Amino acid sequence: MARKLLLQHENVPGINTFEVYRKNGGYASVEKALKSMTPDEVMEEVKKSGLRGRGGAGFPAGMKWSFLDRKSEKPRYLVCNADESEPGTFKDRYLMEKIPHLLIEGMITSSYSLGANTSYIYVRGEYMYVIRILEKAIEEAYAAGFLGKNILGTNYSLDLFVQPGAGAYICGEETALLESLEGKRGNPRLKPPFPAIAGLYASPTVVNNVETIAAVVPIVNQGGDEYAKIGIGKSTGTKLISASGHINKPGVYEIELGLPVEEFIYSEEYCGGIWKGRKMKAVVAGGSSVPILPTDLILKTAKGEQRLMTYESLSDGGFVSGTMLGSGGFIVLDETACIVQHLHTFARFYHHESCGQCSPCREGTGWMEKVIHRIEHGHGHQGDIDLLVDVAKKIEGNTICPLGDAAAWPVASAIRHFREEFEYHIKYPEKVKNPKHFELEPFVSEKSLVTA
Amino acid sequence: MAETTTIEFSASTKALVERILKRYPEGRQKSALLPLLHLAQAEFGGWLSAPTMDYVASILNIKPIEVYEVASFYSMFNLNPVGKCLIEVCRTGPCMLRGANDIIEHIEHKLGIKEGETTPDGKFTLKTVECLGSCGTAPMLQCGADYYENLTNEKVDQLIAKWNTINDHSTYMRSNRVEL
Repeated sequence: MARKLLLQHENVPGINTFEVYRKNGGYASVEKALKSMTPDEVMEEVKKSGLRGRGGAGFPAGMKWSFLDRKSEKPRYLVCNADESEPGTFKDRYLMEKIPHLLIEGMITSSYSLGANTSYIYVRGEYMYVIRILEKAIEEAYAAGFLGKNILGTNYSLDLFVQPGAGAYICGEETALLESLEGKRGNPRLKPPFPAIAGLYASPTVVNNVETIAAVVPIVNQGGDEYAKIGIGKSTGTKLISASGHINKPGVYEIELGLPVEEFIYSEEYCGGIWKGRKMKAVVAGGSSVPILPTDLILKTAKGEQRLMTYESLSDGGFVSGTMLGSGGFIVLDETACIVQHLHTFARFYHHESCGQCSPCREGTGWMEKVIHRIEHGHGHQGDIDLLVDVAKKIEGNTICPLGDAAAWPVASAIRHFREEFEYHIKYPEKVKNPKHFELEPFVSEKSLVTA
Repeated sequence: MAETTTIEFSASTKALVERILKRYPEGRQKSALLPLLHLAQAEFGGWLSAPTMDYVASILNIKPIEVYEVASFYSMFNLNPVGKCLIEVCRTGPCMLRGANDIIEHIEHKLGIKEGETTPDGKFTLKTVECLGSCGTAPMLQCGADYYENLTNEKVDQLIAKWNTINDHSTYMRSNRVEL
């Protein structure tokens, strides 16, 4: 069995209550940090741990903390990004719902290290029932003296609040989140200045993902070096993976980074293989934004090495033959899935979620959705595929925030690896009129028929 | 809501609003806009009319346009009336792979309306939404605060039968009541 650092108590009855959580060793990191460590020592442990941002970007968390402007006279803020909205990702919801105190404990320990006396957890509005769970847990933590004035009799005080979003994917981008928390539209800000200098209310702010903040708890408890022993190279520790799609056992799994992708998909401990005894066609390994890979490239790199669940191994080969670990939203497609149809849902998603601030994204996502829609429904034109590649290229890198890139990558990669399926849709419009076309008759590459 | 009715939060909501306003530093009360719009939508019929938004603006002492521009940005805020029971079905990639389109079709057939429409009796509105973070339990829908997961046509039938008896916006209100 793999080591679990975040979910080891997930099945303990009542673990969502303060009492049971505390009995199982909960809030030890707060006691340790506040009573025996300086704020900087806590940050040193996070640096040593090699923990990387678990929201998707994978930026070293300790380094992000070190950028915080500590010379400023203004108050500092820690804001937890619980605006989990990347299609295929549901790990934060699982963690907050099952073990809400783990996030609250991480918030206290991290806020102490950053010198924040007011912190916010920004939760997507659709998770309203999770907000109620968190608010109840916060109330319990206040009652037990872990929040409020002079925590555990020390000089440190912290107020923690939950803020609801209202249905906007873009607010997962940290500066858009801060705008939203200030009561505005979620339009991303131009950087610099970075939030570490001028974030919430123009004050120094750190924004971290739920899982990142939760990981601070085991890091402080066992020490950063111990945490860094798990994993390979710069991919240290454990990672929550949200597994969905055509697999036998969808769900949230905590893995040790370095697990072979093949084992993750086929082992009974994790996804349990492809459903209905079918074959796998493709995988989106890190949430909707990352490049889709066909079976051969997700199991092995282009060099023929076994592909591992690490930041480095998944991105081996760049975007030509690799992908990204991203948020860990692992979506599996079986042989009956239509790549174009699947891509259309993503294109529609990004069009819907574009904030409209930058023209390439606002206009480009709409065009990509329309063109993919007509290809999927048998109205594609010759030249549409190249048109899509062209539009994607013109969005990528030309927007204030990464939503533009996130919209472009799935399109570019689907065409890169499955161009023949797009051509099939244009060539045989009658065959794709039924939305279940590949369920009725799985797509077979004409090239492979010729060479076989 | 009749136009003559005065728009004003109930006493208990007003007390809650006071507590919410204290979450933010002095002078930053605009931060309460999203929580307040959730409360207003729940209390005033499941949608945000212009007078409702003006009322929220007056509480926060901001211009009405600052409320309109925010309300129109976020997809959870309804700027038009909705049915007493708002059914939101996720249709993004992972849900689609597990049969969301069949579920949507089934609900459309069952209620006799298309996506985006409200039944003539004003009971149900059917919406499709983008990823609700429930991909591991797809297909799914949301009604009020509650998630209904691993859906089948039979499950949907049972839910609709249950919701048919609801005669107010209670599902909605329960959902958006931010307690503290």
